[in-house]
This record gives sequence, C-alpha cells and structure tokens, in this order.
Amino acid sequence: MSTVVQTKSDRFEIGGRPFNSRLIIGTGKYRSQEEMKAAHRASGAEMVTVAVRRVPLDRSSESFLDHLDPALQLLPNTAGCYSAEEAIRTARLAREALQTDLIKLEVIGDQTTLFPYNEQTLEAARVLVKEGFVVLPYFTDDLIMAKKLLDSGCQAVMPLAAPIGSGLGVQNPANLRIMREQLPDATIIVDAGVGTASDAAIAMELGADAVLMNTAIAEARDPAKMAQAMKLAIEAGRLAYLAGRMSKRLYASASSPLPGVVR
Amino acid sequence: MWLMLNGERREVADGVSLAQLIDTLGLAAERIAIELNQGVVRRAEWAATELKESDRIEIVHFVGGGAKNVASF
Repeated sequence: MSTVVQTKSDRFEIGGRPFNSRLIIGTGKYRSQEEMKAAHRASGAEMVTVAVRRVPLDRSSESFLDHLDPALQLLPNTAGCYSAEEAIRTARLAREALQTDLIKLEVIGDQTTLFPYNEQTLEAARVLVKEGFVVLPYFTDDLIMAKKLLDSGCQAVMPLAAPIGSGLGVQNPANLRIMREQLPDATIIVDAGVGTASDAAIAMELGADAVLMNTAIAEARDPAKMAQAMKLAIEAGRLAYLAGRMSKRLYASASSPLPGVVR
Repeated sequence: MWLMLNGERREVADGVSLAQLIDTLGLAAERIAIELNQGVVRRAEWAATELKESDRIEIVHFVGGGAKNVASF
C-alpha cells in the first residue's frame, strides 16, 4: 500500500482510472512464478504488462494469467511486433481476449537494440486511437515524436530511459526535463532501461508521472527486495519533484553565518 | 480440408465452425482471441463462423514478458 496520499492535484490516471502506484511492472524474465508473485506484491504496483502469443497447440498449457493477482490491471503490449500492421493486429486480439481498451504499443525497429520504430509506432497509434483504444506508446525520448503521438490521441507517452533490459538508467536527463517542461499537461511514463532504485528516483525527479520496468526487478538477485526498493524510490522521487529542488550552484554557499566565529 | 493454424498446415473436417475447432483442440475459451484471415472474430461469432479451405487462423493467449523475453511457466 503506497504511503503517498494522492491529493486531488497529484492524481495519476490512465484511461480514466486513477492509480495510487506510479510503478508499472512487467511479467517477463522471472526465474519462477513464486518470485514473480512475490515481486509484484512487494512492488505495490497496480498494473502489469502481458504479451500476446500464439497458443501452443501441440501441448496443453495453463493460462499464464492465472498466475497473476486478479486485482492487478492487465496492460497488454504489442511486444515482438516489428511493423504497424503486426502491432495493430496484436492490439485488436488483446482487446478481444481481455475486454480492455488499454494497449501498450511497441513497434520495434531493430533486434539488437530493441529501439522503437517511431514512424510505424505513430502510424499504428493513429489507427488504434481511431478504433477507441487507450494507446500508451513506447518511443525514443524525442519531444517532436511525443507531440505527434499526443496530437494523434495517445493518452500518455512512454519515452525510454535506455534500451530495454540494459539497466543503464536515464541516459538523457536533459531530454526528459525538456519534455516535461514543454508538455506540462501530458502523462509521461518512463519505460525501459531502468536498472536500480536511483534510476527510478531520477526519472521521477525529472518529472515523469510513472515508471514502467521489468528487467530491473526480474533480474535482481532478490526481485522482491528490488521491487520494494523501486516502490520507495518512485515515491521519494515524486515527493522530491513536488517539493521543488534547490538550484545547483557552481560554488559553495555556507550554511552557517560567517561573523561570530571564535578565533 | 486444410487450414493454416498458427502458421502450420492442418487437416480438419469440412464445414467445421470456429467454435468446433476450438473444442476439438481442447482449448479453454477464456482469455484467448482468434484471428481469421487477419480479422479478429468475436467469441459470440465463433459458432456461426464456418471455416473454408486455406483459411488462416491465429489463436493467441497471454504470456509474461516484453520484446525479447517471452515467458510461460
């Protein structure tokens, strides 16, 4: 349970639904379902991403969704799609299966870097918005692309911090700060590349509304512990952002008065 | 007649419906979705959808993961 009280002015919502937690987590790469469930619980997250794949027909498979806490909001993604067409088809299938309009839109351009194919992402976003989806697009931290995605009707934008699964943390803090300043009313969710707690705190200090992560928790030695760390980091980062940090100075500024020192 | 099912060629009875196919495959209907020739078919329409030879069907469900790391325990 988050200790941050959500005031009217500090509301985080997606698709009209408010969330107390500003941490969204994934379901991949866990060593076991027990580890995954423990991490999910420790994270306090209220929304998790799931991927759409063909049902294996040669063997019986239990539903992955049965391993997830039923209270969690499912956010289907178009992971593995390399074109707008694939992403659109996947989104439509996800909506039919889950009866949700939410879709995390990922169109990947390159297998090594998993960087997003921005052009195709925008094309898919336009089609899906018209079909009534609540589109949350993953893209590179580019202000112009953010504007295009928002203008096309996306409810939020999800700039990457660094390549998916890289754990490098926010690689371009200036870009995120600029995006926050230039798009003051947009919902900005940093997605991909977070590695440890401080990365998440930094993303929130730069003004992100939420952080989405998977590998940082799943590949930690102790995922539940890292999930808890992330929860706290995101709360701390959000508070620091709202508190309004001091300005940075090049030189010192003494904390105590100069006169009256015993010499 | 033959169909393409999740990328593989399969022989099925002539005139079988989507609902019958799902039944034959032993799949639970909850939280799967079906695409027929690149169009999503709603669950309510499965029984009424008769399949034709060379139809391309995709049956999907949900798994853990993202771009590279798909998991199903």
